[in-house]
Amino acid sequence: MLVNIGPSHPAMHGVIRLLTELEGEKVLKVQAEIGYLHRAFEKSCENSTWTQAMPYTDRLNYVSPLINNFGYCGAVEKLLGIEIPERCKYIRVLMSEVSRITDHLTCIAASAMELGAMTAFLYLMKAREYLYEIVEEVTGARLTISYGRIGGVKSDLPAGFEKNLLDSLKKVERELSEVDRLLTRNRIWVDRTRDVGVLTKENAISFAITGPVARASGINYDVRKAFPYFVYDRMQFDVPLGERGDNYDRYLVRMEEMRQSIRIVRQALHDLPGGAVAVDAQGEVIDSFDLIDEAKLGHTAGLLRVNTTVEPTLEGTERRYRDRVLPKGRTLALPSKEDTYSNIEGLMNHFKMIMDYHGIRPPAGEAYFPVEGANGELGFYVVSDGSDRPYRVRARPPCFFNMAGLHTMLEGYMVADIIATFGSINMIAGELDR
Amino acid sequence: MSSEEGQGPGFFTSKLERMVGWARKYSIFQYPFVTACCGMEYMSTASGHYDMDRFGAGLPRFSPRQADVLFVVGTISHKMAPVLVRVYEQMCEPKWVVAFGVCTCTGGFYDNYATVQGIDTIVPVDIYIPGCPPRPEAVLDGLMKLQEKIEKQKQFY
Repeated sequence: MLVNIGPSHPAMHGVIRLLTELEGEKVLKVQAEIGYLHRAFEKSCENSTWTQAMPYTDRLNYVSPLINNFGYCGAVEKLLGIEIPERCKYIRVLMSEVSRITDHLTCIAASAMELGAMTAFLYLMKAREYLYEIVEEVTGARLTISYGRIGGVKSDLPAGFEKNLLDSLKKVERELSEVDRLLTRNRIWVDRTRDVGVLTKENAISFAITGPVARASGINYDVRKAFPYFVYDRMQFDVPLGERGDNYDRYLVRMEEMRQSIRIVRQALHDLPGGAVAVDAQGEVIDSFDLIDEAKLGHTAGLLRVNTTVEPTLEGTERRYRDRVLPKGRTLALPSKEDTYSNIEGLMNHFKMIMDYHGIRPPAGEAYFPVEGANGELGFYVVSDGSDRPYRVRARPPCFFNMAGLHTMLEGYMVADIIATFGSINMIAGELDR
Repeated sequence: MSSEEGQGPGFFTSKLERMVGWARKYSIFQYPFVTACCGMEYMSTASGHYDMDRFGAGLPRFSPRQADVLFVVGTISHKMAPVLVRVYEQMCEPKWVVAFGVCTCTGGFYDNYATVQGIDTIVPVDIYIPGCPPRPEAVLDGLMKLQEKIEKQKQFY
């Protein structure tokens, strides 16, 4: 009997069509059809400038958008051949790990809900809210943040961030241990996930599967350890490995990865060069609107040394922060807001960075930069022809390879296991179909 | 009281309309047609922090035959459009459609070959909630507007 588990289905994970051939309750063959969320990411990037491609990368793996941002930025920085500031590397590591935690929280919450454990869903969503508040404090948005910039990040960390982050991490750890007590040794959970959806090591390697799904099958490959980027080589963390490659192992691997991510966040916060606190303005501080008025009237004497306060959406981009998170070159990143508003060189610099046919122009060439996404190796392959628009941006979506191997995990099991297994591989349609 | 034809809404008919409207607006069974990033904000809105359940809209029904509000959450591509129309047609009257997120309102910033530029080109829409993704507070505001609409509209029986 051919049953179509259609693109609109009750599982919480993305749009996909599974054509299953059933014999009673047993699944004989499964064919997956994808492409229902194709949003032309790669083509859109070709039609926008290098910085304008950033919001498109947010929406790839929309549960961990910061990792996508920084992956793309890393690829372009490799092409440009520039080094980003030290502090910026730590900020990127910190925010990537926060994003990874939100991704794993969402995955486990959704798979728990699909198996009927609604309480675990609500508790993990509560934990995710704490992290969304942290992300909002730093970047300004909860989900689609466009925080990365070529050569750095958009703005520095706000005041009071350290305390908020440490508090939130404590609360997240509390929720994690609560859900651990609810699920890990729960008879029903173990019965439904153990020895279900087994992915053998050989299959995982032949399908090029990476990430928690492969690590649950015993393959010790983590991009953060194999090809360390930013400051991961200075962080101490473990990479959890599973044995059997079933749903239960994938669940355990994700839970442990969340704890390791919290460990990395604490280390990054502790080791941030320049400290976690925002730099206090020394000397005279005037409001940015007053600064603009003074500059327009021509009273520009001493304005290069003055510190300003800007409106909340621009906080963290002032002159005293700019060099901590953006590269120093004039052709690489926008000048600080005081420079833009108060002197003509800054304004010209700003224009040259923003206008069409100007802006960041990496030399012609290509670069591949892999990062450890929440689902596996997320790689950005970027080709430049020397102009202000990318010639080609290809994202290597980790879910794509996981989905290719999905049918080996479903065949031979029952119909009811389809949704459970499908949930545990964390298919994110935005990444799969781009 | 016995025959109301030709006299417009009478006292009891209008009271009945208001009661049916009140009952319908506080018992919304949604069909969350979730495709993309807005789904994350939908999940946040349905969870404990920004509760949708206190508006009576807490129970999603995953079959279109059992739902009355179709929440179209996330980008609809041209491949997905016939599926959306089919799900919409499978729902029974009275039904409402909420376009959640700017991709469903107007196509968002995906102005390309693959995206439907607004689902009101294929299904009739009652409430538009813009945002990329809309904050949960915006979703709740849209939900309240939907409730107002349900309460005040001429009821179908």
